[in-house]
Amino acid sequence: MQRTISAGLIGLVFGTGIALSGMANPAKVLNFFDIAGTWDPSLALVMVSALTVAAIGYRFVLRRDKPIVETRFHLPTGRKLDMPLLAGSAIFGVGWGISGFCPGGAIPALGLGEPTAWIFVGTMLAGIAAARTIRMGLQARATQTA
Amino acid sequence: MTEFTPLMSLLGGTLIGLSAVLLMAFNGRIAGMTGILTGLLPPVSSDWPWRAAFIAGAIVAPMLILAASSQAISFESPVPAPWIAISGLIAGVGVYFGSGCTSGHGVCGMARLSPRSLAATVIFMATATITVFVVRHVLGGF
Repeated sequence: MQRTISAGLIGLVFGTGIALSGMANPAKVLNFFDIAGTWDPSLALVMVSALTVAAIGYRFVLRRDKPIVETRFHLPTGRKLDMPLLAGSAIFGVGWGISGFCPGGAIPALGLGEPTAWIFVGTMLAGIAAARTIRMGLQARATQTA
Repeated sequence: MTEFTPLMSLLGGTLIGLSAVLLMAFNGRIAGMTGILTGLLPPVSSDWPWRAAFIAGAIVAPMLILAASSQAISFESPVPAPWIAISGLIAGVGVYFGSGCTSGHGVCGMARLSPRSLAATVIFMATATITVFVVRHVLGGF
């Protein structure tokens, strides 16, 4: 219960940050990438401030033995720059560049009642589910033949 | 055209960073939208309640801002709906195989100096920039 409440309150902070920063506004995101055209540098400031706060905060938090309402830190351990990471990231950038929506921007945009955000989130979830099915299928086949 | 909003963007970015620190401090989790959402899709992860709560909080936040203040949240989606649908599909496949998006890799992973997140962020920023250039300046826009 504690975990759910804290995650909900922290989600509010995240959504507020996304909404105020302009990351929930696809036109602003597209203009950030349009260096040769109607460039809007705002999102560089979003990235710099978010990164600075996170980098400093993590240094203190990760020194603790465990989180406050959870038994351990869940940190990704992989270090390999493999093909799924590189190709997947390249593919994500193309999708992001077409519409200006990314997952973290689109979810709070749902709260603005914008139909385009619902379209993006709907097909994005379908994309994640399809990719997951493909990967699980490949893994199952690999274990069978091994 | 969108207006340059340095103060709001710095304030918003600070809150995004703060939420990443808080989710690690309290729940021991990376505040990455891709990872959080994936656990809510079938087969649903057993720890779904905190994930659903985080998503709910993120959706409710702009509603509260609109209801409680005179602060307008500008939103403009200039791309035709069919292309938004296609972009969602492409982005969904990409973030799943890439194990993260702007929040997970670009903020949390970069802050941990993860080499995977650094590579992912450089790549998706680059392909997004190239895509916008091609759509707007080569193909002439939507």
